[in-house]
Amino acid sequence: MNDRISRALAGIKNRTRSRTFWRGIFSLTVFTLLWELCTYLKAPIIGNVPAPSEVVSTLAVQLHNTYYWLSWKDSMIRIFTGFIIAQIIGVPLGLFLGANDRAREVLFPIFEIMRPVPPLAWVPVSVIFWPSAEMSMIFVTFLGAFFTVVLNIVEGITSIDVRYIRAAHSLGSSRSDIFWRVLLPASLPSVVVGMTVGMGITWAVVVAAEMVASKTGLGYLTWRGYVAGEFPLIVVGMMSIGIAGYFSSALIRLVGSRFTPWLKTR
Amino acid sequence: MMKTTLTPGQRAGEMSMENVCKTYGADVLTKEVLKDCSFTLEKGRLTVLVGPSGCGKSTLINVLAGYEKPTSGRVSLDGEPVTGPGPDRLVVFQETALFPWMTTFENVSYGPRVRKELSGRELADTTMQLLKMVGLEDFAGKYPSQLSGGMQRRAELVRAMINHPKVMLMDEPFRGLDAMTRSLMQEYYVRLFEEHRGTNLFVTSELEEGIFLADRLVILTNHPCRVKKIMDVDLPRPREFSVMGSPEYLDIKREALELLHEEAMKSFAAGAVNAADFLEAYSKMGEEQARPKAGKDDGEGQRVTRTGSAYENH
Ligand SMILES: Nc1ncnc2c1ncn2[C@@H]1O[C@H](COP(=O)(O)OP(=O)(O)OP(=O)(O)O)[C@@H](O)[C@H]1O
Ligand SMILES: [Mg+2]
Repeated sequence: MNDRISRALAGIKNRTRSRTFWRGIFSLTVFTLLWELCTYLKAPIIGNVPAPSEVVSTLAVQLHNTYYWLSWKDSMIRIFTGFIIAQIIGVPLGLFLGANDRAREVLFPIFEIMRPVPPLAWVPVSVIFWPSAEMSMIFVTFLGAFFTVVLNIVEGITSIDVRYIRAAHSLGSSRSDIFWRVLLPASLPSVVVGMTVGMGITWAVVVAAEMVASKTGLGYLTWRGYVAGEFPLIVVGMMSIGIAGYFSSALIRLVGSRFTPWLKTR
Repeated sequence: MMKTTLTPGQRAGEMSMENVCKTYGADVLTKEVLKDCSFTLEKGRLTVLVGPSGCGKSTLINVLAGYEKPTSGRVSLDGEPVTGPGPDRLVVFQETALFPWMTTFENVSYGPRVRKELSGRELADTTMQLLKMVGLEDFAGKYPSQLSGGMQRRAELVRAMINHPKVMLMDEPFRGLDAMTRSLMQEYYVRLFEEHRGTNLFVTSELEEGIFLADRLVILTNHPCRVKKIMDVDLPRPREFSVMGSPEYLDIKREALELLHEEAMKSFAAGAVNAADFLEAYSKMGEEQARPKAGKDDGEGQRVTRTGSAYENH
């Protein structure tokens, strides 16, 4: 009985999912056709952009090019190295600052001052500061994710409803219970938000850094298209960055929803 | 008249409040919320606090629980002064405080689990038994956001009851529930209480609910909050809803309403908005007096229409 209901529900879910899927395909197709039409008619401004057909043929060539795939690999390595180091340092630091009032009062002003500095503004300094270009790029990527994650966790912990903490106290929790069973899980949704936003920022940062300081990566690929006057290559680079960014954020969301199962159920 | 024959649970404690005052703010902005409040929560009995909305009931609970320090006066539990919150006094808050990140099962079993009082098997059995009692056994694995408001309230009730604390402090736990769910909850609660006989404080702004549940009824005044009168409610236990048609019940209700009426008149003089509502409810009460008496002659106690919420300031 239950089985049948759940199977029926799964069926409905699949159908709606495939419907949204086809709607997506539809809008993308229309978009591409319009774009092609605009370049064909030499519409103002858009007319100068390479046509989708040119982009596709350039892409077809790039797909057989090891250099193109090396660009993917290099950018990915920079992104994930910077991002993961930012989480390893940022998550515990954020939890510490969030749970510890005095530490927060002492250390938080530093973050408040550093936060408004856009990560891109760090590029020149870090190129000078770090011995290799690779390190400086990973460093700015790290910064992009680091501040976001720390600030989100601190915000998440300090905005926890005092009722939860009071309830936990009156149910007999020790200090460590309060931390592990209340503060930590209550802040997880903000951690996930921080990571997702942070991931978006790291892509913005790494692309800019690659244009300035590197000879590899998707950012550099795009820049090279510009320097060499190969306009379709610029578009291929841009699209690759978009796709890479989308999948990295999707990955974070997927992992995040595993850790916050109670949010799915609304 | 039947006295309660049940004995208090072994862990029940006695809590008392002596001349407690609580003011908020300083200088010209001082707000006197509690003034010279004194009463005792007797061991193994259910004390009900009734008072108009905003009179300071939650503040009283917070002071008893130790979340807030009284400006003056003494609060003690079994003779020991209360200096802060502790697991011996369990609070059920006015707003739901189930942990959203835990399933119903994890929420309910939280107390014994963190205090390491029950082991895996035993803990699971006790938890499921309680969940079954309030009709939530099928929702053990669900998160609070998947439960209805009434289910959340039931879950919260058993999350508190599973601990058998020395003292249980409940702040309007049924507020906001619809009439059906509310009377079901009153029944669950009164059965749980009669089974375990802990020391309970139950805050409500519904007089009828208060009398139905209470061993003792503490009537509070408004602006500032003082104890106006403490009444013993010697209605038979186990309590049934039919008691609400009995003459004893109605006597208590009439007396309590008269006291609250006086309060409302004072507030009225002070320009309080809720007084008019109350007067209306009070005049309806007069009409109602005749009806339940006829009901008694039928040999069947009947449920009196609720008017208790009318003096509440909505
Ligand atoms: N932290 C605070 N600072 C200043 N005033 C407060 C504070 N907490 C409560 N009060 C005031 O104390 C009074 C009583 O509040 P309280 O919440 O105890 O009332 P209540 O009887 O529980 O009301 P309700 O029935 O609506 O829950 C209110 O007038 C409120 O404005
Ligand atoms: Mg209140």
